[in-house]
Amino acid sequence: MASRVFGASIKRKEDPRLITGEAKYLDDLQLPGMAHAAILRSPHAHARIKSIDTSAAAAVPGVLGVFTGKDFMDVNPLPCAWQAGGVENHVNTPRVLEPEKVTFTGAGVAVVVAESRYIAEDALQLIKVNYEVLPAVVDAQKATQSGAPQIHDNAPNNVCMEWSCGDKAGTDKALGEAEVVIKERVVNQRLIPTPMETRGCIAQYLPATDEYTVWMTSQAPHVMRLLMTAFVFGIPETKMRVISPQVGGGFGAKIFLYPEYCLVTALSKKIGRPVKWAETRSENYVATTHGRDHITELEVGAKRDGTITALRVNTYANLGGILSTIAPGIPTTLYGRLLSGAYKIPNIYCHVWGVYTNTGMVDAYRGAGRPEATFVVERAVDMVANQLSMDPAEIRRKNFIPSSAFPYDPKILNGLKYDSGDYDKALGKALEMVGYQDFRKAQADARQQGRYLGIGFSSYIEMCGVAPSAWIGLPGEGWGAGLWESANVRVHLTGKVVVTSGSQSHGQGHETTTAQIVAEELGVPVEDVIVQHSDTLGTPFGYGTYGSRSASVGQVAVFNSLQKIKEKAKKLGAHLLEAAVEDVVFENGKVHVKGSPDKAKTIQELAGAAALGYSLPAGMEPFLDDTAYYDPPNCTFPFGTHICIVEVDAGTGQIDIKRYVAVDDVGKVINPMIVDGQVHGGIAQGVAQALWEGAVYDENGQLLTGSLMDYALPRADLLPSFEVGRTETPSPTNPLGVKGAGETGTIAATPAVVNAVLDALKPLGVLHIDMPMTPARVWQAIQKG
Amino acid sequence: MKISVKINGKTVERDVDPRMLLVHFLRDELGLTGTKVGCDTSQCGSCTVHLNGEALKSCTFFAVQADGAEITTIEGLAANGSLHPMQEGFWEKHGLQCGYCTPGMIMASVAFLKKHAHPTEEDIRHGLEGNLCRCTGYHNIVAAVKAASEKMGG
Repeated sequence: MASRVFGASIKRKEDPRLITGEAKYLDDLQLPGMAHAAILRSPHAHARIKSIDTSAAAAVPGVLGVFTGKDFMDVNPLPCAWQAGGVENHVNTPRVLEPEKVTFTGAGVAVVVAESRYIAEDALQLIKVNYEVLPAVVDAQKATQSGAPQIHDNAPNNVCMEWSCGDKAGTDKALGEAEVVIKERVVNQRLIPTPMETRGCIAQYLPATDEYTVWMTSQAPHVMRLLMTAFVFGIPETKMRVISPQVGGGFGAKIFLYPEYCLVTALSKKIGRPVKWAETRSENYVATTHGRDHITELEVGAKRDGTITALRVNTYANLGGILSTIAPGIPTTLYGRLLSGAYKIPNIYCHVWGVYTNTGMVDAYRGAGRPEATFVVERAVDMVANQLSMDPAEIRRKNFIPSSAFPYDPKILNGLKYDSGDYDKALGKALEMVGYQDFRKAQADARQQGRYLGIGFSSYIEMCGVAPSAWIGLPGEGWGAGLWESANVRVHLTGKVVVTSGSQSHGQGHETTTAQIVAEELGVPVEDVIVQHSDTLGTPFGYGTYGSRSASVGQVAVFNSLQKIKEKAKKLGAHLLEAAVEDVVFENGKVHVKGSPDKAKTIQELAGAAALGYSLPAGMEPFLDDTAYYDPPNCTFPFGTHICIVEVDAGTGQIDIKRYVAVDDVGKVINPMIVDGQVHGGIAQGVAQALWEGAVYDENGQLLTGSLMDYALPRADLLPSFEVGRTETPSPTNPLGVKGAGETGTIAATPAVVNAVLDALKPLGVLHIDMPMTPARVWQAIQKG
Repeated sequence: MKISVKINGKTVERDVDPRMLLVHFLRDELGLTGTKVGCDTSQCGSCTVHLNGEALKSCTFFAVQADGAEITTIEGLAANGSLHPMQEGFWEKHGLQCGYCTPGMIMASVAFLKKHAHPTEEDIRHGLEGNLCRCTGYHNIVAAVKAASEKMGG
């Protein structure tokens, strides 16, 4: 081909429907005869339900039914699909409506189904619930202490699970011998993912065939069908079809199976009409999963020359009042095993307490465990640098895993190895982009004038495309399934290509990047490729989109499927050209005889010939159609360095971001424009954690940040433009050389900003400020100095 | 109550409940689902439409208040089958990812440019502070609005 499509910033194929309002998201769908559900939620964080009187609500004209948890005792509790590996988990999961006890504000206790959402909401106000309110606990560390309210009978001291990784004895010894030891308590506060589209579900039940069709805002429709049929309803998988329509962002929160999806499905059968539930933003804040919420005691040991020798971490991970689908896996496998970061740390030990509290469910939020690990590591490195008066860039370089050491075994990864990296190169590029030496001069000058400029570093790694199945699955890391992906490619008679994929796109642009891979491999125009996904009817099984896995797992399945198509096309081409297969090549969309590019058959001609079947080689089936399932041999490990420059107003505590430089290495890049966009959005979320966002519960378990008026989502005028650069170290793990780009920004940004603020305030003796670093907290820290 | 509203150039007459929000009237009564609902506190701007040429959060306005008004929604922005320069700007500059905030963001941006033909980056960021996006970090939205302003002769 004249110009490569793989690696080009082509405009997205999905955009025309999105910029014109044509795309149909969940709440845009209307089915004939559809009824509307509204859910009554507990106003108490911890309470026993003594009785519920639904009679007044049921009498409202237009109400089709009012139900409580007692009406659904034949529906199983939701499954927990990822328990902490190798240890006992005291599992408690939600029911479609809680029949006896609620463990967080926002748990569903009753539902009204009515002719309209307005009527359903009116009737909801008339339901009377008699609660016995119980004492609540919201802090994960306090919940484990004696005398704390007990939330679940099967979890003494509210401990769901205790998990550890690394070398305890070795780490204790190394810390004992370290020349410098620094201890700190760091809080990775709870965040609320807040995709702009809230959740929702529509279910339709057809009695003649006993089949359900369920539309839902899901990042993983195949998994939803599996969990709902096999675990919740106990029906054959063939009796349900799940469709994710256009999905408006997820950030992890739409991976999980939620009670409402199962409730609406059950209601569609009970009512005998299609039922829709569309979550309000207020509901989203209490009833959709939150992320992070770790309290960590860290100890880092080093030599006086800055060589880090040990890291010991004790983390209280808040799991909320009840377990979401993969909650215990996040603060264990995806956190503890990443604590070596970009560094050679010979001794690491991590102990995690997974704790129930009377708060909303906590599960994966963009980065999921890896931002928490990166925050611990990047703060620890800066603390050592500060203690030893070392330059933060220099200490990173000193401890980096060298590029010659890959594949690198950080020991705590339970057998997996970092696949490839050149950490120094990315840091060097970031330093060059930011103009480090000039900045230090400007900083010194500013300090003379009483202005506090600061620079912060974050040299992160992450683990994407989480796999292989044999590693992550039971009994290794506790994941209760596999983690491969699938794709089918069909080249139709007309030469147009249809790809069906088990991945799910909710903003990532898969329809474009997948088409780019097809166009590159088959030599067809991008416009001739259509990518179909998100419907269990007609797509091969896939585990869905999260963990930056759709390029490094899902699109590798597409690539592998294309190789099979090309092999078949070559055989057919050789046959039609009356040549031996060994004598032809597939190149630039044509099969031609080696050395004779004119003697060729185009892929379109071959697709037509394969579809018509008039002249096929002996034994060849008609049609160019193949499917690949790809289970990677390893995860991929993107990396990079982010640098943030801030100015802090010491009089008010106000923080101004002056510049933000990001150098990411995500392996090969399919579409640079899309990758940059992923990085921008990730940075915004990471910066927001450092400076603004945080879920706040009062001591009774009331969510004080329960709306967009109270939860500080970043606005356009709070953020700067970002300076984004890249290095490219291909992943040896997969044939595309890709690593994954969806979470790098979120993982990297938070410690970069925190380290910048603390660098600015160094002359004032400030060593630590909890996130979010609000002006009030910054000002108070300056006063204490 | 009976209302008559000119929407995307066509006059429609309907009998509506006095408490019906304009956004629900557009979405549920008229099927114009391009306009989105992203919150319940008038913070997110996903529901932004034009009422008599001015940007309006249609979740904070009753349908009956729109009686006699002219409304433009995202569905009415492209004229004669060709995209509005703002739509082109968002497409070319990758100013959207999941697309949910996009209709509101585009409508707010079009109204913003009417009052600020030559905006700086700071003007754009300030002008769009009533519209939330969770995907882009606003970087490419700012670039999209800037590109549109240039295309529109700003």
